[in-house]
Amino acid sequence: MGRTTTSKDAQALFHSLRSAYVATPANLKIIDLYIIFAVVTAVIQVVYMAIVGSFPFNSFLSGVLSCVGTAVLAVCLRIQVNKENREFKDLPPERAFADFVLCNLVLHLVIMNFLG
Amino acid sequence: MARNSGLLVLASVLLASIVSICDSAGIFNPISDSHRSAALELFSSSDGSFGSLEETYEALRTFEVLGIEKEPLTRTSVCASVSDALTSTSSSLKDLFQALRVNGILKCELNDKAFAEIVSRLKDSVNSANSLFDFYHSIGGLMLIKDQTSEVDVHLGDADRIFRSIKALSQSDGRWRYSSNNPESSTYAAGMALETLAGVVSLASSEIDHSLVATLKNDIMKLLDGVERYDDGTCYFDEKFVDAHGPQDPLSASLSVVRGITAFASATQESLNLPGDKILGLAKFFLGVEIPGSAKDLYHQIDALSCLENSRVSVPLILSLPATVISVSRKDQLKVRVNTVLGSAGPPLSVKLMQIFSSGSKDASVIDQELKFDPERAVHVLETLPKNVDVGKYIFSFEISLNDPEHKKRYITGGRTKVPVYITGVIEVNNAEIAVLDSDIGSIEIQKKLDLARENDVALSANHLQKLRLSFQLSTPFGKAFKPHQAFLKLRHESGVEHTFVVGNSGKKFEIILDFLGLVDKFFYLSGKYDLQLTVGDSVMENSILKPLGHVELDLPDAPEKAARPPSQPIDLYSRYGPKAEIIHIFRAPEKRPPRELSLAFLGLVLLPFFGFLAGLLHLRVNLKNLPRSTVPATFAILFHLGIASVLLLYALFWFKLDLFTTLKALGFLGIFLMFVGHRTLSHLASVSAKLKSA
Repeated sequence: MGRTTTSKDAQALFHSLRSAYVATPANLKIIDLYIIFAVVTAVIQVVYMAIVGSFPFNSFLSGVLSCVGTAVLAVCLRIQVNKENREFKDLPPERAFADFVLCNLVLHLVIMNFLG
Repeated sequence: MARNSGLLVLASVLLASIVSICDSAGIFNPISDSHRSAALELFSSSDGSFGSLEETYEALRTFEVLGIEKEPLTRTSVCASVSDALTSTSSSLKDLFQALRVNGILKCELNDKAFAEIVSRLKDSVNSANSLFDFYHSIGGLMLIKDQTSEVDVHLGDADRIFRSIKALSQSDGRWRYSSNNPESSTYAAGMALETLAGVVSLASSEIDHSLVATLKNDIMKLLDGVERYDDGTCYFDEKFVDAHGPQDPLSASLSVVRGITAFASATQESLNLPGDKILGLAKFFLGVEIPGSAKDLYHQIDALSCLENSRVSVPLILSLPATVISVSRKDQLKVRVNTVLGSAGPPLSVKLMQIFSSGSKDASVIDQELKFDPERAVHVLETLPKNVDVGKYIFSFEISLNDPEHKKRYITGGRTKVPVYITGVIEVNNAEIAVLDSDIGSIEIQKKLDLARENDVALSANHLQKLRLSFQLSTPFGKAFKPHQAFLKLRHESGVEHTFVVGNSGKKFEIILDFLGLVDKFFYLSGKYDLQLTVGDSVMENSILKPLGHVELDLPDAPEKAARPPSQPIDLYSRYGPKAEIIHIFRAPEKRPPRELSLAFLGLVLLPFFGFLAGLLHLRVNLKNLPRSTVPATFAILFHLGIASVLLLYALFWFKLDLFTTLKALGFLGIFLMFVGHRTLSHLASVSAKLKSA
């Protein structure tokens, strides 16, 4: 009886999340998609390292950190661009996007140097 | 190899014994042909000249005394430089003196006018001289001209004054100063001064004051009192003070004094009463140098000996032995020569053997036997050795007596002359036998006779309870007991370990007993085959023995744990210079790399999310509606995207080939451009959205 309730509850939770998500604006969805892309790339790299060993460790680190770093920056962008976020009400989204682009470029310069 | 080492033993023992006897006896040989060949070698002239005039004179004088002919080529070139020096007005006093000396030997053609000019110049320098060198060169020059030409008048008017002014530079110990303002005195200067004063005496036009000559004789005696001696009777003069004027070595100082004394002895008519032993000692000093190594030393030696030989009084006679080793077996006879220092024959005399000292003992036997003179070979021969002289090392004491008593004033014989002599002979080796004995009882288990004149190869065997005995007898050709310098028995194991034992003696009998029970430890408990070698040697033994005798198989007990291990034999001594072992470097193994296919597979896998991202964007129905339509903003927008793309391209280039500095420089430019373009684009977009909001 309980198990069916929990699974039903989980299913209901999942459905409500899904329907709520549909309501988010399109630009936020794009950012979410970018984050998922970055994280999946990082995971694939970790799996590869797990298989072949971490010999050029710096390369592994730079690869993983590039994905994780850009994901973090995208998260910051999403926070700043989200209209429901009252904290950043006065910040124009273009400014946030400009910061995102600049930080990404700096991150990737460092990554390229560390890649070896 | 064995023969060579035996000879080496003999030679070293001989040398050691020579050195030990040398403190009371020495051998001095007169000048011989080896000096002549040394002179030709040392005084080599390149292109006809020997160097400066002084060196030329030294070479020519040496050749003249030794009787070596000069080449005509040398003569012409040297005469040219001599006449240059003598006729030029800028020559110094020293140059004139050296040139005149050379001319004295070569006798180049020079006219009397040139001589007259030089004489007047020299006389002026004599009167104005104030240092010893000035006096020496000018008086010496005048003496040389006196010998070379009789046309010019070289006599000195005020010889007394000149004598006194030179004498004023003398010191109380017989030495001379170089000039009045230099307080240091030197023996070399004394010799120069004596030579100069002898010249003054000969050149004086009137008789020199008698008292001056007497005081000079005292000075010579005082100078001779300061002579230094060695133990073997040689005397020499040495410079005590260092000064820059003259040479410093004993050869040149002694030469200078010898020249001065002989010159003065010839110049003055009075007798000098020079101490004969000191003159003989000086002669022995110069002969003791044997063959000098440098041309200058050879000149000093030959010039001094020539002065001593041609001196008016006190000519030393040298007793020498052509051979100091007399062999009894070859029936050699002892021969003695008596010559002058330059090797010419002496006056008629007889030689007597007075005493024989045997080395190591103080007592001497008095012989008083006269040697027979052989006129053909000019040697004195001792026909038979005295009766009690056996093989061994001795010192023979000879005495020379001149036949004509008149010669006693002229020649110096030196009393008794001691000479070391070696009498060698064949030593008889008898009753040589080797035996293995049982230790306690002493009974002989094996006994073999040895013939030490020939090769032996005995084969013995013993164990640690037995003894090895070797015995033999040595006797001299006259039947007396003989104790050699070395008598060793050496046992050599097959692994190379050696043990040496000294063979002891009592009287004639030599015996060694090796008790293996006590030697087990010394032999490092090594059993096996030991080679036996006997060494019996002495410098007077003509048939020294260094022979293998055979071998003995030793059976020793096993070594206990604490026993000393045998020393490791030295490896071939030259192997350390051979090539060394090859060094193989061990590198860290390179990391294992994954297989290529796996890497490529994951490369594709990593690109998949990107395509997934693009697919997701399409699913979300993204559009480019916000892209500005009008021209200027559109350009900026496109430039903005191109700028970002170029930065990413720069990063890609940076990874492939560029370095950080170039990248940063390019990034700087691109960054500024991007900033500008991006600002324009985004501000345009912001203004558009603000308009929409307000609208």
